[in-house]
Amino acid sequence: MEIEDISATTPEPQEIDQETQNAIDIDRATGDFRVPENHEFDAGVGLTPETLDYISSVKKEKDWIREFRHKALKTFESKPMPTNWATQDLNNIKFEEIRYYLANGQKPTRSWDDVPPEVMETFERLGIPQQERAFLAGVEAQFDSEAAYSNVKEELTKQGVIFVNSTEGLREHEEIFRPYFGKVIPTGDNKFSALNSAVFSGGSFIYIPKGLKLKQPLQAYFRINSENFGQFERTLIIADEGSEVMYMEGCTAPKFETTTLHSAVVELVALKGAKIQYVTVQNWSANVFNLVTKRGVAHENAEIRWIDCNIGSRLTMKYPGVVMKGEGARGEVVSIALANDGQHQDTGAKMIHAADNTTSNVVSKSISVGKGISTYRGQVHIPKHLKGCKNNTECDALLINANSQTDTYPAITVRGNKHVTQHEASVSQVSQEMLFYMQQRGLSEAQAMSLAVNGFVNDLVSEFPMEYSAELKRLIDLEMEGSVG
Amino acid sequence: MSIIIKDLHAKIGDTEILKGVNLEIPKGEVHAIMGINGSGKSTLSKVIAGHDDYQVTSGTIEMDGQDILDMDVDERSREGVFLAFQYPMEIPGVSNANFIRAALNARLPEGEELDAVAYYKELYAKMDGLEMDRKFTARAVNEGFSGGEKKRNEILQMAMLEPKYCILDETDSGLDIDALKIVSRGVNSLRTEDRGFLIITHYQRLLNYIKPDVVHVMYDGQIIKSGGPELALELEEQGYEQFKPASV
Repeated sequence: MEIEDISATTPEPQEIDQETQNAIDIDRATGDFRVPENHEFDAGVGLTPETLDYISSVKKEKDWIREFRHKALKTFESKPMPTNWATQDLNNIKFEEIRYYLANGQKPTRSWDDVPPEVMETFERLGIPQQERAFLAGVEAQFDSEAAYSNVKEELTKQGVIFVNSTEGLREHEEIFRPYFGKVIPTGDNKFSALNSAVFSGGSFIYIPKGLKLKQPLQAYFRINSENFGQFERTLIIADEGSEVMYMEGCTAPKFETTTLHSAVVELVALKGAKIQYVTVQNWSANVFNLVTKRGVAHENAEIRWIDCNIGSRLTMKYPGVVMKGEGARGEVVSIALANDGQHQDTGAKMIHAADNTTSNVVSKSISVGKGISTYRGQVHIPKHLKGCKNNTECDALLINANSQTDTYPAITVRGNKHVTQHEASVSQVSQEMLFYMQQRGLSEAQAMSLAVNGFVNDLVSEFPMEYSAELKRLIDLEMEGSVG
Repeated sequence: MSIIIKDLHAKIGDTEILKGVNLEIPKGEVHAIMGINGSGKSTLSKVIAGHDDYQVTSGTIEMDGQDILDMDVDERSREGVFLAFQYPMEIPGVSNANFIRAALNARLPEGEELDAVAYYKELYAKMDGLEMDRKFTARAVNEGFSGGEKKRNEILQMAMLEPKYCILDETDSGLDIDALKIVSRGVNSLRTEDRGFLIITHYQRLLNYIKPDVVHVMYDGQIIKSGGPELALELEEQGYEQFKPASV
């Protein structure tokens, strides 16, 4: 069901062609398949110093990276599970049963023709090559631990754009990436950032040169194919002064009998006047623990926007953040979370004001279906010595069934009196009378519910690129099926 | 062809509201039901539409020979029952145009969709008839609408969905005289040989603009008197007291 707003002067809805539409269809049914495992590289089961050495060796990493990993493992082991504030379900992750590195090869190909057939089949079915043709400036397609394909338009390479995986980024462009690597999110930020720092593989390392404004987005697609597996991609995006980039990531995994772990670290650096938009549409299957750390540093007059949609997974913990380090910097988090039966979406935002006249905006909407749980955790920090900072936080929760749950934990620390902050929160339900009204017009109960839910998130869905927003609506419809009756 | 209601009893919780309603609304006719608050007028409209809160304990409702009591609300709607609400609901984030389009699409066979251009052409034409600004297509359903705008929007939906039987539940409440005229004109333009109307109202005023064929008086869950349009005038002049059964 479509519910896009159509202005009175344009009677025809804006259409996107069928190929593009097919290309962005990443619904659960589409994602729920796997191809046979065929790994040239396998670090085995469990996490020991030898696991890290194996990963470092096959990647032929420099010593400083090897040491970085080993230090991170110690940090990981020393940190307790954050169950003092987060869900006890974290204790069900069996780190000793997970496989930390599975790869078919070390170097992604630049041509889809050279991608192994079974991997190619996967990405074909997910529509990635078609998307690339339709509207992307560059694509990276990660299959388990490594990217199978990575390519960026030639003219962008000539202009100095770097779009590679983490291994290549640290090896071939150390001088660009090393100064920022692990600086936005230090290893010890949390237990899972430490885990990622120990075993990271894949992800995107991106550099956009000064003044270059990318008209088309870059996209990464993260695919888990193997059972008992952990995916630990590492992404670092540096937008040099005055540049602009939009990066989109999609994620899926098939349904497995056992749990799967996805634990990424994403660091963004927007230098003076740069603008980064980071768009995520995640549609994990219901047994994935998705524990992700995402943060950006915005320098003078720079802007970082996280546009985030969390559908699926067993447990998602994700609080994208922006440190506004330079005067006039702006940070924004726009997020939609949908927690279905048996799922827990524990999401939020961190806005750290560290310079004068910085502005942050957080708009979060969550939907809880059945016994689904949505939790919002927000952290806004404005210290006393600053002036002219602004924060706006809005979080709205929609409960679908009587046993659905939502919790909100906003923490807004504002010191000094030269700032403006605003916080609004609401919890609502789709009322029986609203459903009756919609059904009286001929919509089935499920259609009515889908329409109401789509209406609830409509203003945020329009923040996503058009190619994704149509897909989002469809995903929401799918999730709402069977939520009533 | 008509809606035929026979000896209809319905309750909400343990309270019986409808206590044996008998009513026939043939296609091509406009019937008005008048009565005081609490007489069961609005309940009757919701029971015909199939609201879950009300339990039908006995009696029948047939539409064109078909029993509709076992049908869900949405099925009754698609079969041709339309209820213009006394208090239309707001649906945040869902544009009016998309809501009506979704309702029309729900009437098409699975997999088929309306032609967008033809749809908007028709929508605009009907909005013009109701003197509705085109900006209402993009606004969320009823959200922030004035009372009069909401009622006009109900008539717009009615016009677009082309039902067989239209029930108007106190559509005149909250309308100023200009809005009342516009809404009445909209309703009158939908009066055809193959459409029946049931108009629920407190006041005779609306019936100056929408001329009924038959007027019924409802009291304590029953229709206690029926007659021509003159009955409405009589009620207006003399009040409802005279119709109270002697035993009450």
